[in-house]
Amino acid sequence: MADIDALARRLAAELGAEQVVTDRQELRTYECDGLAHYKVVPALVVLPHTAGQVATVVRACAEAGVPFVARGSGTGLSGGALPHAEGVLIVTAQMRRILEIAPADERAVVEPGVINLQVTRAATPHGYYYAPDPSSQQICSIGGNVAENSGGAHCLKYGFTTNHVTGLQIVTPDGELVRLGGRALDPPGYDLIGAFVGSEGTLGVATEVTVKLTRLPESVRTLLAAFPSIDAAGAATSAIIAAGVVPAAIEMMDALAIEAAEAAVACGYPPGAAAVLIVELDGPAPEVEAQFTEVTALCRGEGAFEIRIAADEAERALFWKGRKSAFAAVGRISPDYIVQDGVIPRTALPEVLRRISDVADSHGVRVANVFHAGDGNLHPLVLFDARVEGEAERAETVSGAIIDLCIEYGGSITGEHGVGLDKAKYMPRMYGEDDLDTMQLVRCAFDPDHLSNPGKVFPAPRLCGERPGGDLAARFPGVEVF
Amino acid sequence: MGALDELTRPAGDDDHVGGVPARLVASPASTAEAAALVAAAGDLTVVVRGGGTKIHWGPSPRALDLIIDTRRLAGVVEHAAGDLITVLGAGTPLDELALGDQQLAIDAAPGATVGGVVATGASGPRRLHYGTARDLLIGITVVRPDGVVAKAGGKVVKNVAGYDLGKLYTGSYGTLGLITECVFRLHPRPAAAAYVRTTAPAQAVPAILAAQVAPTAIEIDTATGELAVLLEGTPGGVRERSGLLEKLLAGEVSEAAPGWWGRDPWTADEIGMKLSVPLSMVPGLIESGSTLRGSAGTGVLYAAAHDITEVERLRAQCVRSGGHAVVLTAPADVRDILDMWGPVPGLAVMRRIKDQFDPDHRFAPGRFVGGI
Ligand SMILES: Cc1cc2nc3c(=O)[nH]c(=O)nc-3n(C[C@H](O)[C@H](O)[C@H](O)COP(=O)(O)OP(=O)(O)OC[C@H]3O[C@@H](n4cnc5c(N)ncnc54)[C@H](O)[C@@H]3O)c2cc1C
Repeated sequence: MADIDALARRLAAELGAEQVVTDRQELRTYECDGLAHYKVVPALVVLPHTAGQVATVVRACAEAGVPFVARGSGTGLSGGALPHAEGVLIVTAQMRRILEIAPADERAVVEPGVINLQVTRAATPHGYYYAPDPSSQQICSIGGNVAENSGGAHCLKYGFTTNHVTGLQIVTPDGELVRLGGRALDPPGYDLIGAFVGSEGTLGVATEVTVKLTRLPESVRTLLAAFPSIDAAGAATSAIIAAGVVPAAIEMMDALAIEAAEAAVACGYPPGAAAVLIVELDGPAPEVEAQFTEVTALCRGEGAFEIRIAADEAERALFWKGRKSAFAAVGRISPDYIVQDGVIPRTALPEVLRRISDVADSHGVRVANVFHAGDGNLHPLVLFDARVEGEAERAETVSGAIIDLCIEYGGSITGEHGVGLDKAKYMPRMYGEDDLDTMQLVRCAFDPDHLSNPGKVFPAPRLCGERPGGDLAARFPGVEVF
Repeated sequence: MGALDELTRPAGDDDHVGGVPARLVASPASTAEAAALVAAAGDLTVVVRGGGTKIHWGPSPRALDLIIDTRRLAGVVEHAAGDLITVLGAGTPLDELALGDQQLAIDAAPGATVGGVVATGASGPRRLHYGTARDLLIGITVVRPDGVVAKAGGKVVKNVAGYDLGKLYTGSYGTLGLITECVFRLHPRPAAAAYVRTTAPAQAVPAILAAQVAPTAIEIDTATGELAVLLEGTPGGVRERSGLLEKLLAGEVSEAAPGWWGRDPWTADEIGMKLSVPLSMVPGLIESGSTLRGSAGTGVLYAAAHDITEVERLRAQCVRSGGHAVVLTAPADVRDILDMWGPVPGLAVMRRIKDQFDPDHRFAPGRFVGGI
């Protein structure tokens, strides 16, 4: 720990003592992110106020060979912001200034600690909003969104964080401040913004983010349709897509998820539904009206036994309340649960859901399904009671089996929560060795010493710069190579 | 050399890039064949060529042994209509795609291939609504310069597992290896479309954006002094919105696009540039006096410059506005004395990327930013 003590003294001198946390008790409050069963107490926590200070911290880490991990709000669900026991945790909580709302450029420039929803709040008076809307938008940071390439219910139409970031200032793992892009589109050169977004903190720290602002739609129409079976709800989803409609969102919940939501927030969904769909359309009023009629007919055609149409913003909010509270609500019907996140081709939905239910039954485990049906992003909630011996293990098995299904059907091991620590072990199942090796070429370009969030995303790090033959000689000058 | 002999043929008169003749040409028909070729091409310098519609974009290569022609890597490998995705061979011409009532919403020059459009990051009018290749590409297969085949992304639109290598290859001008297959997100073909044409100035763009007409494209052309807006959607919706815009802009609704729509504004003896500026700077750029055409709704425009002075003037204005100005193509006599790429922030990291992927700088050497 000698290194760390020296580093702590250096950073306290350069940044100010109040921005460096060394007290063990206080360090403990940072021991996990949203995936709370992984816990590591960081050696040191630093709370920089400016990009320059972040660069100072990272440079000091690079010089001392000490790993660092960036942390936004700590709501990540894959252990991405899990600290390193011998490393520095760089927390962006003091970097929460919205630097500019520029409606004339349709951009906002923000510090990384700014909370997602605050961007929308600041832009709304100008007739704009920030489109990516993770369910955690009231608490998660834009820096975390950038790192995770976060999505939300409305990314079916509007895309993910990566489609909305046009500029970044980053501190590279060697401590350099670099600007990429800005308000204008298509900066020349490699798309480093595209590489950085979704890199889960492994390519450096984002210190400023320029995002697109999207026009508030003229009209938003939302319906809630109740179906007698999951298959019928799945068929309705497919029918909507096949009809050439691109809704802003299509969300599905199954009976168990509905039960949980009712218990928690009394959302008053139609009783007896095996599944509900929330379909939202937005855009110019004439367009939305025409398509809304079509969508209603399609839901009915696929067997919806009740369709409610939100008459006003309050009713719309109530539809969404059940959906958005579903994660937390599951706590009402089960003491413990695992939130899984996987993706399948949308058309495989009914089949995969049947197989998930088979797997769950065979292990005696309950699974509640909440998901972004429009893009096949499943969020099964695997319920268990940790006090009952063996239940946690069984839940873990079922949760893993769900990921296996996603891979089997040609989908993804994560649609929005990221790989982090939790899913690094699945990466070799989704990608071949050469694929992973190629990704790590990018890592080596940014972070050859693997100091930036090491141990995340990739199960085994590549040795950077090692090439057979010639390079060996370069690394050991004067030494004979074979 | 044996393997290479079987996989290549001697270059013909047309097999040159930016005036640099190649020695050999190869046309692999599969990713496996392409990998064998690249592996056998061990120490050759390589330029990848698709339909050849943009092969003259960018500086000339420093050296050129082998042209890899992608046109046999063609075809729709898969079209999963229910999932709104397609898998395409890199040599597939975009204008030959037949995807029924679905579309790959990328504007491309006639004859342009999937790989060429991705590698140059080319875009057209409809980028305002659909985004560009960068936004629509969800999976990619490449042959690295060392002959290793790698994939990234996949066949589902939502996927955050691992680095997004597709984005890195998009706009990389063939400097990181050969793209052999791409997976794209598709969109439904709109039931109706209409253009509203007007001579309103660029200052009208904010009013269009504020008018809730959800334009698919807003294009401007200084030569004709025209501004045109594309609207898509349901027949009733398009009628209503185009009517609204017609009034707002004192314009005229038309079934057909203006003749200049989506075409490069330059002729063969002019310098072709791509300019991008923040949206609020578009009117200033339009008033610069240069011949400009492009997406006034996104701030990505194309210019026909007559000489180096004009290039420098436009570049200075774009950079001052917080944007960029790149020379895409130029006549032979000025090509070599022009700085085609202009200033490039982040170049040091880009060099490190190149060094990792192509340590011997064999792929399209000298064609990219900073001499990469
Ligand atoms: C109830 C709930 C609902 C959620 N719903 C959604 C959802 O709908 N969609 C969705 O996508 N996610 C969702 N999430 C997951 C999570 O909120 C997102 O991943 C979010 O983007 C994380 O932001 P954060 O600020 O909490 O990041 P953290 O958890 O602090 O960090 C996440 C990752 O980002 C890195 N990081 C943080 N800041 C920076 C920076 N400045 N530079 C570089 N790297 C950085 C960290 O190292 C870590 O790897 C949900 C989480 C919860 C708890």
